[in-house]
Amino acid sequence: MSLRSEKDPLKTYAEITWCPGCGNFGILTAVKTVLKELLVRDELHRVVLVSGIGCHAKIVDYLAVNSFYSIHGRVLPVAWGLKMARPELLVIGHAGDGDAYGEGLAHLIFAAKRNLDLTFVVHNNSVYGLTTGQFTPTSPKGFKGRSTPKGSPESPLNPVELMLASGATFVARGYAGRPRHLAELLRQAFAHRGFAFVDVLQPCYTFFNTYDFYNKHVREIGPEHDPKDFESAMHLARRWAYTYEAEEIPIGIFYRVSRPLYEEAVRVPEREPDLAAHLERHHR
Amino acid sequence: MSNFDFSVLFGGKAGDGIRQLGQLWARLLARRGLRVFLYDDYPSLIRGGHNFTVVRAAEFPVLAHRERVDLLVALNAFTLEKHRRTLAERNVVLFDSSTFEAPGIGVPWSGIVKDLSAPPITRNTAALASAARILGLPFEELAETLRRDLPKATEVNLEVARKSYELTPPPPGRTLPRSEGTVWPTLFGNEALALGAVAAGLRFYVAYPMTPASSILHYFARHGETLGVTTIHPENEIAAILCAMGAACAGKPAMVGTSGGGFALMVEALSLAGQAEIPIVVVECQRPGPSTGVPTYTMQADLDFVLSAGHGEFPRVVLAPGDAAQAFHLAALALKLAWHYQIPVLLLSDKHLSESLFNQELPLVEVPRVSFKSWNGEREYRRYAVTGDGISPLAFPGDPRAVVKVTSYEHDSYGITTEEPEDIVRMQDKRLRKVRGLREELDRPEMVAVEGDGERALCVWGSTRGAALEVARKLGLRYVQPLVLEPFPETTLRKALRGVRHLVVAETNATGQLARRLEAHGFPVEEVLLRYDGRPFTVEDLERRLYGVSP
Ligand code: SF4
Repeated sequence: MSLRSEKDPLKTYAEITWCPGCGNFGILTAVKTVLKELLVRDELHRVVLVSGIGCHAKIVDYLAVNSFYSIHGRVLPVAWGLKMARPELLVIGHAGDGDAYGEGLAHLIFAAKRNLDLTFVVHNNSVYGLTTGQFTPTSPKGFKGRSTPKGSPESPLNPVELMLASGATFVARGYAGRPRHLAELLRQAFAHRGFAFVDVLQPCYTFFNTYDFYNKHVREIGPEHDPKDFESAMHLARRWAYTYEAEEIPIGIFYRVSRPLYEEAVRVPEREPDLAAHLERHHR
Repeated sequence: MSNFDFSVLFGGKAGDGIRQLGQLWARLLARRGLRVFLYDDYPSLIRGGHNFTVVRAAEFPVLAHRERVDLLVALNAFTLEKHRRTLAERNVVLFDSSTFEAPGIGVPWSGIVKDLSAPPITRNTAALASAARILGLPFEELAETLRRDLPKATEVNLEVARKSYELTPPPPGRTLPRSEGTVWPTLFGNEALALGAVAAGLRFYVAYPMTPASSILHYFARHGETLGVTTIHPENEIAAILCAMGAACAGKPAMVGTSGGGFALMVEALSLAGQAEIPIVVVECQRPGPSTGVPTYTMQADLDFVLSAGHGEFPRVVLAPGDAAQAFHLAALALKLAWHYQIPVLLLSDKHLSESLFNQELPLVEVPRVSFKSWNGEREYRRYAVTGDGISPLAFPGDPRAVVKVTSYEHDSYGITTEEPEDIVRMQDKRLRKVRGLREELDRPEMVAVEGDGERALCVWGSTRGAALEVARKLGLRYVQPLVLEPFPETTLRKALRGVRHLVVAETNATGQLARRLEAHGFPVEEVLLRYDGRPFTVEDLERRLYGVSP
């Protein structure tokens, strides 16, 4: 037996268990498009995928690359450690919206604040899929899930706005229903030096089917938008507040700037210290 | 005068620089060739309250402090009031005569500081100089220590010291001896522990501040560059341990440190380390709980907690050092075991060990080093290859020959999720097989410290070592201290306790956690001595309690 499937060097033998029609397929396609390019350039071994827990997380089982299938909400600290330890790695976090914006929210804000050199892809379907349909931090107000039968009393978080406010240096939104556009976003995100955040609208076919809604409203951000302009990025981010009503939902790169990297400020060179000398100097 | 044994208590309010004063005194005396031990007692306050530090110096090795002090250095009147009864017969009291009146020897420390327009904090240097003078220590020795340990403000401190030294009367009684022998290093327990991990090959230290573990973080933040240790202070304890585990998965030895409350937050990740077989060392510096408890004091009450922390069943090691040399050695061993077996290893310390200053040689030679079974590059890599000893060879992301899949889910040998009953059993058995190797490695004479052969034995763990060892020597008891608490060194303990008729256990907690563990393994415990007021046993205290159980 081999980890890689015979036909596709990027695929494993794991059987895909997402529901037919799941938005995760679109994300997988987009990720594979970019990984294939890395394979061709013989750089695939530099990639580490880190996932949380939820439907999204199974993506690591389906791809024959290094991975860390982590726990709910904890994708970013694991990814951070990997990157700090080996800066040559291309570390890509995958998380669900419950994972990223619920359990793991503090880690997310801090990852953006620090400008860690990572990519973080959120499979945002506004519902808990694997735990069978509860509301999440991005579910619209009034969302009727199994934990909110009378409708969610909370307003959704706007993660794009939140990431801009937290200091992320690359902020984008994609749509699983447009895998080619999404692949381009991911390509740019992987190439970004710093914290690259990509919120992906990902319909959950079984518990919250938003295909029609998104197909109708998403609009690709055009060349008239200057991604270096923070104010207009914020303006664009506020155009849609993850409510279930919209005129248009911008997708594409909202913001991209360059800032010094956390790891360059913190990482110290490895060395075999002379402990006897250290003791002599500081402890005798 | 080979039985020279002299204790000084420095007391004042928080913000008076009492801790620094004690530390300078300890180093000054250690440089004279004396053996020192420093105990620091302070409330969880930044200003006000009562702080004191006891520095004991002797011509023989000391690992504990005494209640009885020979010199009381009082920066405020409250210190005198509170500690007068601990004075020995031929004692001396030094106090600040500019601020209060008392029986004893007054020196106008505040006045000196004011006259020289020195910063108010230098009053502690004035007090230090008086103590040096009253014990006949040459000024040049004091000046040398100020130059070495206060390099930033040497000049002003030297001025204050000189003035205070001149105004203090010469020694009325005992003077400090000088030994021409070795000058032993002085280290706080936490510093020794940090250096032990470095000696074993530590590359990452990640921690969120929490007393009494914070000084490890401070030490690495200060010395990380020279020690080659990247030091990270993340947003919380959860991030700390997971970040460290990420680094470990990339092949870099990593350690985290915290106290009970912080460790509670790390427990989720501890279980992940168990499932995903990630080498990680967690330092748990205990303090009194439950919850916030008494943050700046000491207790050995988290043994039960660390033994069973984490959901599910997985092998772990729990080590408990009792002094600086043991902290150094066991920190290194912790890292070595974590990597050899790919498991979480817990180092159980407490405030008394972490924040007391020891004067010991560290075992720099023969220190355990990180090594691991590494993948030979043959055939396709399987992160969780099933082996006879349960240990799978390691490869790391970035290796062009391997695909490394680490996972929190139950998995097959490649690391792909599985829910098949046979796979679940196979993997659980593989992980638990490591226990056999761990037992062989840890149920050994080196892992139980024994001294003497009396029929009465005093058994302790962790920081109770200092007071217990001294009392056991004095009273002719057999001293027994397991350095490893999981896996419990049952066979070795049985040998160590052979011929014992009366087993006494002493620990600083309210329910006798070691005693319970001993009994669970079939060792009958006659007497349990518990102290749980947040203070460690002193030599006298333990002796008094032991007399109460004399046959
Ligand atoms: S439950 Fe929803 S998110 Fe999960 S696999 Fe099914 S469609 Fe996809």
